[in-house]
Amino acid sequence: MHSRGSDNHVWRKIKSALAAGIAFLSALLVIAPLGLVFFHLLVNGAGSVNWDFFTRLPAPVGAVGGGMVNAIVGSLELLALAGAIGIPVGVLGGVYLAEYGSARINAILRFLADVLNGIPSIIWGVVVYGLVVLRFKGFSGYAGGLALALIMIPLILRTTEEVVLLVPNGYREAALALGVSRWKTIVHIVMKTASKGIITGILLALARVGGETAPLLFTAFGNRFWNHDLSQPIAALPLQIFTYAISPYDDWHHQAWAGALVLVTGVFCVNIIVRILTRGRAASVV
Amino acid sequence: MAMAASIAVEGRCAQARMAPPSRLGDKAFEWLTLAMALVVVMLIILIGWQLWQGSSVAIRKFGFHFLTTSMWDPVAEQFGALPFIYGTLVSSLIALLIAVPLSIATAAYLTELAPLWIRQPLVSLIEMLAAIPSVILGLWGIFVMIPWLRDYLFPLLKRLFGWTPFFTGPIYGPSMLAGGIIIAIMILPIITSVSREILRSVPNLQREAAYALGATRWEATRIAVLSYAKKGLFGAVILGLGRALGETMAVTMVIGNTPQIALSVFKPGYTLASVIANEFTEATTDIYLQALFEIGLVLFGLTILVNLFAQLLLRTITTTSTTRAVQ
Repeated sequence: MHSRGSDNHVWRKIKSALAAGIAFLSALLVIAPLGLVFFHLLVNGAGSVNWDFFTRLPAPVGAVGGGMVNAIVGSLELLALAGAIGIPVGVLGGVYLAEYGSARINAILRFLADVLNGIPSIIWGVVVYGLVVLRFKGFSGYAGGLALALIMIPLILRTTEEVVLLVPNGYREAALALGVSRWKTIVHIVMKTASKGIITGILLALARVGGETAPLLFTAFGNRFWNHDLSQPIAALPLQIFTYAISPYDDWHHQAWAGALVLVTGVFCVNIIVRILTRGRAASVV
Repeated sequence: MAMAASIAVEGRCAQARMAPPSRLGDKAFEWLTLAMALVVVMLIILIGWQLWQGSSVAIRKFGFHFLTTSMWDPVAEQFGALPFIYGTLVSSLIALLIAVPLSIATAAYLTELAPLWIRQPLVSLIEMLAAIPSVILGLWGIFVMIPWLRDYLFPLLKRLFGWTPFFTGPIYGPSMLAGGIIIAIMILPIITSVSREILRSVPNLQREAAYALGATRWEATRIAVLSYAKKGLFGAVILGLGRALGETMAVTMVIGNTPQIALSVFKPGYTLASVIANEFTEATTDIYLQALFEIGLVLFGLTILVNLFAQLLLRTITTTSTTRAVQ
């Protein structure tokens, strides 16, 4: 009797260890693609990331060499435009949810923002195509920037709301008790206190849309040449990577890997900056 | 006397300071932020309206047949979305079959089973996986994953399961299964991180009760944590499904882009999102463009329904933990 009981106990212990082992293997499998993708990006891309890549325009079909400077600058221009529209709307909307509004209305708005965050990015491309490209009869940087901005809005709105809610009520009460008006309290005390978190949310949203391709396919459209006129089609790094990846030319494949390496490096850098920013936050009150 | 005067002066200053500040700024700021928050409502309406308007002619012309016929011939102006709906559902299903067990096991590992020091680095790595742009995963899919699948995994699967209708036929590489695997990689991080949040919100009392009854670590995880969090985990899976249905770039690059309905997962397929990505700029006739808008409408409807369902499942769990700063 006694020995059977302890056998059972040993078996249960083994089972527990087995389960932990399987869970550990699952975790390894989940992060394996990250390692593999990064490894292959370095192997295939590092050789083509050179001075030319950052300074020259794409070479004509058949010619070897060339770079993606127009796509890199185009992506930055699109992000600037997207940020100019998306950041104020997202941040102020988030402030409304955190500071004003009845619980009921806010629950609905929050819900809708979450639903918007789940909408496939290609849909935004179709919508902006109908809204801008069809109306103004042409692909343009404006359309691309708008598509990215619309994706950013619900993302920034939700992160802003979350961090503004973390500001202790005592801060608001102290400011209001000194006779500071409500909006100045919000702008100068509450948003300032939460600024690190708000910036974190903005950076994450920029990193996210910076890698988006689908919404740009038929809005910004891409361009093999220099273009700073936002009313014309404009190049973007993810678009260029896509075009090169599905092309039949070996040299373009190398360029696609190089572009991908540059894009991933950019996205990861933003994520690391965010991590540094939030590490400080964990220590302080907010 | 002097004192009285100074008090009076001070009083006047205090009065000036205490005078109710102009409410104009307050009102203006509140209305401004409200307008920005309402953009969210506007965007939902905008999407629905644009997609509806863009596809109204196609909807009138093809009616319900659009969803039930499988002929996609732009030249003959025949448009049936069934192969795309099939491809979207099947590739997402494959993705879920792969991603759900891995994600939930990983979430359980991260919250219950792993040594403490390993947890934060793992979470950071998973967040980085989530940050990889879709197009880069697609690039890796074309040049690394597909050759490997074609030379190793697919022949193995064919040898083992070739007797079922799902693993038959020639092996090309770009296929429904390749699409499903790439979607699985894309939804692993979101299912894992939402599941992790859910498991973390399970009260410690649950665990303590299980341990007090002599449960091993795994038994406590299974009985007290996983089964307690069942509904939330289901919500995480549905949220992952919502993302899977709309995945575009990576899938377009590996699924083969052939509008057909085939049982074998080695055969190429096509999804709603990838047909839009591939053919939108090629749509030369109005009715072709209309049909693609209608594909967008179908995809929008599908993802909205799935997301609403997921949010409802998750909402009941998370509302208790979010409190408002200003009541």
